[in-house]
Amino acid sequence: MVKYDIPSSSERSEDKDTEWSVVKPAAFTYHRAYDVNDTIAQLAELGPDAKILAGGQSLVAMMNFRLARPSALVDITRIGGLDFLAKDAGGLRIGALTRHRTVETTKVDGFEVLSKAARWIGHYPIRCRGTFGGSIAHGDSTAEWCLLTVLLEAWIVLQGPRGRREVPATEFFHGFFMTAAEPDEMIVEVRFPRPAPHAALTEFSQRQGDFAVVAASARLDLAENEILTSRIVLGGVGPQPAVVDVDLAGQPANEETWRAAGEAAAAQVDPPSDGHGSGAYRKKLTATLVARALAEAAA
Amino acid sequence: MKDIHLIALTVNGEEHEIVVESRRTLADVLRHDLGYTGTHIGCEHGICGACTVLLDGQPVRACLVFGVQADGCDVRTVEGLSDGEELSDLQKAFSRCHGLQCGFCTPGFLMLSEAYLSEQDGVPDEAQVREVMASNICRCTGYQGIVEAVRQVAEERAG
Repeated sequence: MVKYDIPSSSERSEDKDTEWSVVKPAAFTYHRAYDVNDTIAQLAELGPDAKILAGGQSLVAMMNFRLARPSALVDITRIGGLDFLAKDAGGLRIGALTRHRTVETTKVDGFEVLSKAARWIGHYPIRCRGTFGGSIAHGDSTAEWCLLTVLLEAWIVLQGPRGRREVPATEFFHGFFMTAAEPDEMIVEVRFPRPAPHAALTEFSQRQGDFAVVAASARLDLAENEILTSRIVLGGVGPQPAVVDVDLAGQPANEETWRAAGEAAAAQVDPPSDGHGSGAYRKKLTATLVARALAEAAA
Repeated sequence: MKDIHLIALTVNGEEHEIVVESRRTLADVLRHDLGYTGTHIGCEHGICGACTVLLDGQPVRACLVFGVQADGCDVRTVEGLSDGEELSDLQKAFSRCHGLQCGFCTPGFLMLSEAYLSEQDGVPDEAQVREVMASNICRCTGYQGIVEAVRQVAEERAG
């Protein structure tokens, strides 16, 4: 074992009993689960301050900053059978432990929007480790998967001590990293009820891989050149994915429609200002990105 | 009361059994417990990529994985790239293309590139290489040389 004379650590005072210590996160107990029932049983035993550890690409970063200080982690990464994309009755099911990279590299007819949108998620190594269910559970309002589950009206499948239940994505995200999942429940899969051949997600960030300042996603049903139904969902303009009340039914699928829809969407949002952009700037981004997302969805 | 675990992991082919506290990241375990100081630590929250290693063949930020999670896993670090004193093709290319200046980010870039190149069938175009290399940060801003090195190795390996 290598020993160091000078511990460079935020923990020097806390760990006087150790010869040296170099750690960032606060102390927690680590537990490994081997199946879903085992996870639920452990969560129930450990109490509401325990958290599930999946890919850890958001949670561990927050723990390193001590923004998150769970008392215990239940590591679910070794549970088998939750890493899948499966066609199901015209729709698609994605297992909670499916890596972003797997979604990115798996083309599913009618769900191309998922593999295309995956490239916006962090960076390549982040996508190799982070999981679909983990992103949904984290509930970041700019997260690509959170937006797309709301856009495509997916169902979040949860399992807990009271059994299995499905929550519509539109009711799942409560804002500021809060969701409809109870502390003793685990997301097991996400179910997309029907294909969305005309759907797209686009976003703007200062640097590639950063969190989106604003993200826009759009879905269309088209007949020839006419729009039958439309749906627009935004990220970065509020505490949770925001469904925009703009109905393009009956309008032609052209640049003028996209531009006007962008303006209409921007008029509806009242985004916050922060270090990444003012509310006014986010409004302008909304107009631009909604038009882009619609054009890409129709293409 | 510390939460400690006995784990076994393989690093660059060598087996280790070690007792770790659960809150030690894989980067901590590699550097401080096992002495693999080639893995560098920069930001410790997943942004800079200096600590990138391969965990069961997949590139990971070693600061975003706990050491205890590597139990039973195969880890590759920058120390595992060369064959003794003989540098790997990737390391040689970084040297030849001036893909390193101060060298701090280099282990992370090498392991990122190693992972990326190992999953390529053909030769990736420059835009693809640039997108992947944007995963890590080089504060000397020596990206041109890094991109060139990775492209050259991709071509060499494709034959």
